[in-house]
Amino acid sequence: MALIRAFEETVSAEIRDGRMPGLVHLSIGQEATAVGVADVLRDGDRVYSGHRAHGHALALGAEPWRVMAELLGRRDGLCRGKSGSMHLVDVAHGLMGATGVVGGNIPLALGTAFALAPSGAVVVVFFGDGAAQSGYFHESLNIASLWHLPVIFLCENNGYAEFTPRSAHTVVERVARHAETYGIASSTVDGNDVLAVRAAAADAVARARAGAPVLVECLTYRMRGHYEGDPAGYRDTAEVREWREKDPVARLGRLATERGWLSAADVAGIEHDARAAAADALARAHRSPEPGPDEVIGDVHG
Amino acid sequence: MAERTYLAALREGLAMEMRRDARVLVLGEDVAEGGPFGATKDLVTEFGPRRVVDTPISEGTVMGIATGMAQAGLRPVFEVMFIDFLTLAIDQLANQAAKARYMSGGQLSCPLVVRTAAGAGRRYGAQHSQSLEAWLLHLPGVKVAVPATAADAAGLLMSAIRDDDPVVVVEHKILYYRKEEVAEIAPVPLGRAAVRRPGRDVTIVATARTVHEALAAADDLARDGIEAEVIDPRTLVPLDLDTIVGSVRRTRACLVAHEAPLRGGIGAELAALVQEHAIDQLDAAVARLGAPDAPVPAAPALEDAYIVGHDRIATAVRGLIGRPA
Repeated sequence: MALIRAFEETVSAEIRDGRMPGLVHLSIGQEATAVGVADVLRDGDRVYSGHRAHGHALALGAEPWRVMAELLGRRDGLCRGKSGSMHLVDVAHGLMGATGVVGGNIPLALGTAFALAPSGAVVVVFFGDGAAQSGYFHESLNIASLWHLPVIFLCENNGYAEFTPRSAHTVVERVARHAETYGIASSTVDGNDVLAVRAAAADAVARARAGAPVLVECLTYRMRGHYEGDPAGYRDTAEVREWREKDPVARLGRLATERGWLSAADVAGIEHDARAAAADALARAHRSPEPGPDEVIGDVHG
Repeated sequence: MAERTYLAALREGLAMEMRRDARVLVLGEDVAEGGPFGATKDLVTEFGPRRVVDTPISEGTVMGIATGMAQAGLRPVFEVMFIDFLTLAIDQLANQAAKARYMSGGQLSCPLVVRTAAGAGRRYGAQHSQSLEAWLLHLPGVKVAVPATAADAAGLLMSAIRDDDPVVVVEHKILYYRKEEVAEIAPVPLGRAAVRRPGRDVTIVATARTVHEALAAADDLARDGIEAEVIDPRTLVPLDLDTIVGSVRRTRACLVAHEAPLRGGIGAELAALVQEHAIDQLDAAVARLGAPDAPVPAAPALEDAYIVGHDRIATAVRGLIGRPA
């Protein structure tokens, strides 16, 4: 979690200073969902993500410098500079794809689950509360239930679909309620409590391995705007302050010291190491060359 | 040689691929029942419900499911009952399937096949009769087959299934029950045009049902001593431009005819390409024939007037080469 935080703060600074191209969405404040889920997956399991995917990729084990190189548009990027921030793929670590079309890859998770179910693998698809209003979400709940697919619908409910609060889009406050209609087990947990996320994810994975889809809704909050550069004037400061108190990274640090798992110095050391790792990733990524113009047409067809 | 319908041939080709490769599966609405035209009839009996998978009426989601299957090692053949419903699934095809290999820097491949019934002529009206193949040309990463014969309906499908990229096979519903002698059900390579009739005076490039209209027009023209060469591209992506341009260099005249509306149709692309590659050999600008700028009408009299038939092709050729009837 500390690494994801440090990585994305580094990304934010790069964008602020004009050194990183493109449209970038950060998950600062939402790190617990990525880590709590990734921790209970095993080799062979697969993950899909949305447009806020850096944390998921890192939690799954993607090399930070290669993620950074992708964001910078360099040849050593995870996808050789073809994906950018919103479409990260790292098959070696189980990340089958992220998508810039909200809700657009929920169905892909079902197809992958259909293909891999005989191997005992499960497939997790991360999406937000905005995606829960898409047809893909509802159609996918229906089919996953009908076909008994080992899919975990992992909703990171941060209360905002882009610039607009949930209340303007639906009267249904909890995404998990939709699961009941389709006969799918669900839970809603504090998404800023990594241990709560981990427990819910572990339960969901066990059910999915037994051949039943599950929906887990994690209530969380993004501390940044929708994208880097979004001043997020649509949120009131009291709300932001309230959520800052629930910062998942700081919370885990406090919990670890309170319970005696780590000393305060240990926690500070982890955070220091994470910042150093992010800085190393950035420096190494900047050393990677830009792809040549002849690479524009590569990998269109097999 | 056995006489087969287009539909029987493609069903046989599909069954052969399913026997050859256990990763191949069929999914779509009513596929276990055989679908509205019977293209998948009885396949569930031989291959079971895990390889002949009925889906709800959720085309967009099922296109995404098929894409996920393909990326995870299967070879799905998704039947979109009518091409008109492909509009519901274009997002998945355009944004997920077509771009997966590219956006992943080659980590993913997507051996997905979409079979779909296009075309007018059955009085089904505007939402069951379109020819939307031109939409697909604008999606880098997607291949497009337009079989006009029974052998190609089977053979192009077989090649599509063996291809590692998304391929849309646009079948023509008027051709489904057309019978022809088929020497062998075997793969037909993507990207190789067929010269359906040789000729020296004019090149007619036509697709799907319009190939047969072009052949009828060529018979008519031959009675007046005009020998038309009829070329069926068979696949629009990849396109066998060499065969088309080679023909035009000999005949010095070219007409492109298709069933879809003229504006933005494949004729525009083909005409531009022919002119770019053979302008010096052309005696006149490439002529195009397509449907008017209108949806497909339902009434028989209107639909017949809408479709490019052999009479219009023959008249256009006579105008093109300056030899009116």
